[in-house]
Amino acid sequence: MLAKRIIPCLDVRDGKVVKGVNFEGIKEVGDPVECACEYNKQGADEIVFYDITASHEGRGVMLDVVRNTAKKVFVPLTVGGGIKTVDDIRETLRAGADKVSVNSQAVQNPQLIKDGADIFGSQCICVGVDAKAIGENKWTVFINGGRIDMKMDLIDWVKKCEQLGAGEICLNSIDTDGVRGGFDLPMLKAVVDAVKIPVIASGGAGKLGDFAEAFLETDCSAALAASLFHFHELTVGQVKEDCRSKGIIVR
Amino acid sequence: MIAIIDYGAGNIFSVKNALDHLGVESKLTDKKEDLIAADEIILPGVGAFPWAMNMLKNSGLVDTIKEQAKVKPFLGICLGMQLLFEKSFEFEECDGLGLIMGRVDKITDPGLVIPHMGWNKLEYNKEVPIFKGLGNDEYVYFVHSYKAFCESEDNLYAYSEYGSKVPAVVGDNGFVYGCQFHPEKSGETGLKILRNFAELV
Repeated sequence: MLAKRIIPCLDVRDGKVVKGVNFEGIKEVGDPVECACEYNKQGADEIVFYDITASHEGRGVMLDVVRNTAKKVFVPLTVGGGIKTVDDIRETLRAGADKVSVNSQAVQNPQLIKDGADIFGSQCICVGVDAKAIGENKWTVFINGGRIDMKMDLIDWVKKCEQLGAGEICLNSIDTDGVRGGFDLPMLKAVVDAVKIPVIASGGAGKLGDFAEAFLETDCSAALAASLFHFHELTVGQVKEDCRSKGIIVR
Repeated sequence: MIAIIDYGAGNIFSVKNALDHLGVESKLTDKKEDLIAADEIILPGVGAFPWAMNMLKNSGLVDTIKEQAKVKPFLGICLGMQLLFEKSFEFEECDGLGLIMGRVDKITDPGLVIPHMGWNKLEYNKEVPIFKGLGNDEYVYFVHSYKAFCESEDNLYAYSEYGSKVPAVVGDNGFVYGCQFHPEKSGETGLKILRNFAELV
């Protein structure tokens, strides 16, 4: 049986791990390669680096982070943030990433999903989606780290991503991100039901039971969290132990 | 020395990184003489079957691969494993290397999330040297939408359950091995399998 995945995410700026709340109030908290190694030891099923650097120099630093991590950590690595072109995807994969996560860029240029999937395979194109509720069972897609409302229906968008060849959706709820009250289960359910590709739950994990709850209440394939793991409140191992005790299959 | 065949398919650096980490000498190559000189050969691969088979043909390596796979340990990974079979039906009917009897076709079990992406448990069907030191609770990392159908159970060394049996490790009972999962991305379990493969010589 396929195991449910627990994925720690590292937000990286200029080669340093940082963490903000509700996309704001950012602070620096560590070295990404060391953090990735630590998560690997804890049993992380994948590791995501999210590059929040705007500058060109920062991108180079990010690729070095991936290169150095790929020599030490032998689980899948995903890089998101700032990937705008097929060349960016190629460069990131060549540095040692197994997948790229495209978000705002995919909304503005959906062809990027199709081109990426055609050239490198669907398996390496994860589409990150930031969404917010605008009514009961109705959500709209945001870009630029939750700053711009595209007034685009979430369900239409994830279906389109799948059609274009996305291999996976990483669904981040702006409403629950940083609030630490658990994942956004209604939004998650709606997206899992709408597509056949794997869906990663993101945004809102605040305590041990939140991960198992997402797996028990929805058919999501994986759950992602950043600060919870980063501030050593929980280890990946503890989360997996909790899931296992509730009958969820984890590695 | 292990020759890693570089025919333009992805993930070759990951395989090299893992072998470097294990202290096993390896070389990325698209040259016949390197395959002939190597102690062992790895055929990696990510992407579509017809495209990959075309790239292999264009590189002029197909005959050399078939010959060398009879005389030294040979490991196909992911799409590289699928290429070992006789035929694939990905997009169009396409001949493979024909080193293992069987075909490659879409995973069709209803209700499954596709691709089969993530960590799944190895269920052993046969005792072979590359499983040395592995326990009964070993998970490996898969990502694929097509799977192999072995003509004979004899070629199925291990499988995972995903709707039905998904061949995870196959072989020709000789030098040829194939892993549907990515050993180079399967943590300690994958590294053990790669080390076992390296120690076949």
